[in-house]
Amino acid sequence: MDNLPVKNTRKFKTEEHYNNSSSYHLLPFRFHRITSFKEVLVNEIGDFLLVPIGTAKAIITKSFTRNQNEELYGDLMANFFISETPIPELLDVLAVRYRTRKSFLDYFTSLHIFVITLRCEHTCHYCQVSRVNKDIDAFNMQKHHIDAGIDLMMKSPNPDITMEFQGGEALLAFDKIIYAIERTKVEASKYNKNISYVICTNLAPLTDDILHYCKNNNILISTSLDGPDYIHNQNRHRPQKNSYELAIDGIRKCRETLGEENVSALLTTTALSLKYPFEIVDEYYSQGFRNIFLRPISPYGFATHNDNKNKYETSTFLDFYKSALGRIIEYNLQGKFYREDYASIILKKVLTPFPVGYVDLQSPTGMINNVIVFNYDGKVYATDESRMLAEMNDYTFLLGTVENSYEDIFYGTKALELSEYWLNETLPGCSECAFQGYCGSDPVFNYATQGSLVGFRPTSAFCQKNMEIIRYLFELMDSDKRIEKIFKSWIVGRT
Amino acid sequence: MTLKTKGISSNIISPIVGRVTRMPSNNDGVSILLVDDDAGVNYFDRHSGVLSSLRYREIGNIPQVHSIPNLNHLSEGDIVVINSDGVINTLYRVNSNHNSILVTERCNSNCLMCSQPPKDKNDIEYLFAIHEQLIPLIPKDCIELGITGGEPTLLGSRFFKLLELIKEHLPDTEIHCLTNGRTFAWNNMVRELEKLNYQKLMLGIPIYSDYHALHDYVVQAKDAFNQTIRGLYNLAEIGQRIELRIVLHKQTIPRLTKLAKYIYKNLPFVEHVAFMGLEYIGYTPHNIDKLWIDPFEYNNELEEAVEYLSSFGMNVSIYNSQLCVMPEHLWQYARKSISDWKNEYLSECNQCTKLNECGGLFTWNLKKYSTRIKALT
Repeated sequence: MDNLPVKNTRKFKTEEHYNNSSSYHLLPFRFHRITSFKEVLVNEIGDFLLVPIGTAKAIITKSFTRNQNEELYGDLMANFFISETPIPELLDVLAVRYRTRKSFLDYFTSLHIFVITLRCEHTCHYCQVSRVNKDIDAFNMQKHHIDAGIDLMMKSPNPDITMEFQGGEALLAFDKIIYAIERTKVEASKYNKNISYVICTNLAPLTDDILHYCKNNNILISTSLDGPDYIHNQNRHRPQKNSYELAIDGIRKCRETLGEENVSALLTTTALSLKYPFEIVDEYYSQGFRNIFLRPISPYGFATHNDNKNKYETSTFLDFYKSALGRIIEYNLQGKFYREDYASIILKKVLTPFPVGYVDLQSPTGMINNVIVFNYDGKVYATDESRMLAEMNDYTFLLGTVENSYEDIFYGTKALELSEYWLNETLPGCSECAFQGYCGSDPVFNYATQGSLVGFRPTSAFCQKNMEIIRYLFELMDSDKRIEKIFKSWIVGRT
Repeated sequence: MTLKTKGISSNIISPIVGRVTRMPSNNDGVSILLVDDDAGVNYFDRHSGVLSSLRYREIGNIPQVHSIPNLNHLSEGDIVVINSDGVINTLYRVNSNHNSILVTERCNSNCLMCSQPPKDKNDIEYLFAIHEQLIPLIPKDCIELGITGGEPTLLGSRFFKLLELIKEHLPDTEIHCLTNGRTFAWNNMVRELEKLNYQKLMLGIPIYSDYHALHDYVVQAKDAFNQTIRGLYNLAEIGQRIELRIVLHKQTIPRLTKLAKYIYKNLPFVEHVAFMGLEYIGYTPHNIDKLWIDPFEYNNELEEAVEYLSSFGMNVSIYNSQLCVMPEHLWQYARKSISDWKNEYLSECNQCTKLNECGGLFTWNLKKYSTRIKALT
């Protein structure tokens, strides 16, 4: 055995030998005040540090040094806020993390919405599309439009596609749904697509035949539940005033036949709902739901026409949201699992390194990249809300018709034009926002509410709502370890 | 447990690797006959060597080691190496699931708590020659085989030759290789591993802090943290199975939860994360002032780190710890991790109702253990 070139000693060296860098460089990060004591620093990949107010300033002005607080220095280094070299040694890690964050883009459009009919037997005051007599076939999607829509859908690069049927009341055109699904099954096997089917319905026209077809084809049912009967029936007008009873009965039947996990409910919040946060939360729980999605009503369609009932202030919604969220947290503190979905979407972005492609809160925006809408009349719109604007004769987000080529719709001049406005990384007010990575961009909302695709953040309801909800979630997590634990329980899993 | 013994050698020019047997007729060219009495004397020449507890006897040119105090520690089929100086090392024990091969004592790190302090001697060629002979002799039904060091990847091309040999001879055996992962920061190393496409291979790689300077201090090597992280990313890219190993001591405890977050955020691709109690051997006694913290006192940190990772679906274990020292809801993560040959219990453990589920202590930790160890009733 020959000896190696002499290595002087294996004597142990002190800590100082390994942390002797005397200066640091800033990596890109943004910051925001959370409470009067704490601010949050967020880096380019969404990792955050909750620190005392003034920390960002001390770092940026370099008045902070390692010797003052080596723990904080370690936090800043480990979380990619500062670097001891101009280009960080682990730049590749940042790059992989960034790519992972945006990997919801990898496969392009997944959600394909077919507005199978515009007819409805409800006359809800906030309805986002025109009410139409339920017997007129002119408001059903025609077969040749369905065919062309399916052909476009098959051209999506995404191997996993969601085909969602909306209305009007989609079940009023169930024959069209059957036609569409049967044709899709054949095409999907040709193009090797994995299709998930969803029907959005108020469940009023539900029959056993419909249920059995849904069962045999693994169709998910997405229904509406606005709260207890005195809210639901008030929101959702039917001549018989029995929308709530039909919905509850329908949910029960769907669960029995399709299984608990294949039925979900969506909440529409109206001015009336805002007075009943606890009652709504309790209603969902008592109806067996273990999640609720607290969304504000969209300001489109009929909704903007009925000011008294629907144009509530953002702050009113936020009060409602916080009360309802508090109630949900109470359930969890009692050991009952109960999840709020909007918070969960944000928390997933805050607490995990994984991508979250939720169409209403992503950048690049969900339109075209993640969702496309085939309207009953064969027109193609960028989002569900876009077609509601069209009902008011505004065709800004009309991309073409199902007869156009895939390239013309998805990569055409209109899409290109919209793409200028769909990255919050490049929008004024968003580009420097600490919550950029947790939030999204919504050019349709900007346009509908502020008349500009760019939008104006200081008065934007989208901005005010999301900024406050995100800030509030940080505040809650910081205030109580138990809440942080509850939040984590809502987002576990890697998808 | 005895893994090494010594007698007086004769006719041994270079190390001989063989499978021991007590049956003189059981000769297959690689057998080494164990002799405790005069029976079977006529069969000596059919074996590649003879180990005897008796005095020297004339048996022609056959290599032998005689006057060995005791051969009782060897079981039929165990594999040994006989050295020219009369030292007999057990390389493989057929009745154990904890076999591992130490491929070098050289290392490019110098961890404060190293249980097997590195030696700056070139032992690579010598050990490689032995292991090259050993691997084909290992029973094909061997469940798991460890590769340790030193730093095994310092073998360079021999490291991959060794893996290739194991893959060829033991295709069904799980291979667990301990490495600091630093050399995988270099592309050529990863490309070699990629070529092997070895699904049964798991690399156990230590990470001691999310803060580079602290990790570098613990492993006593500048830039080690960055190299290990780059190595982990390179390994992830080729789909290499990875286990992260975190030794729990005074230096690693304060940032333990932060390390767990770092792992989930940056290294979620690892298959397993092991939190490991400190071994009182090697460098540890020398550095004990810098390392010792009673395991009972780090329960909060351990609990937070383990439950954080576990709640996000990561596979977590606690090694080298005793059930009575940790809170009961952590028991589900505790494994009986200590290899049989170095596993002990305290005398009071005999009264414990959980003795069978408990991993116990390292033999050498009988000198340094938690003050909170007590029999559970």
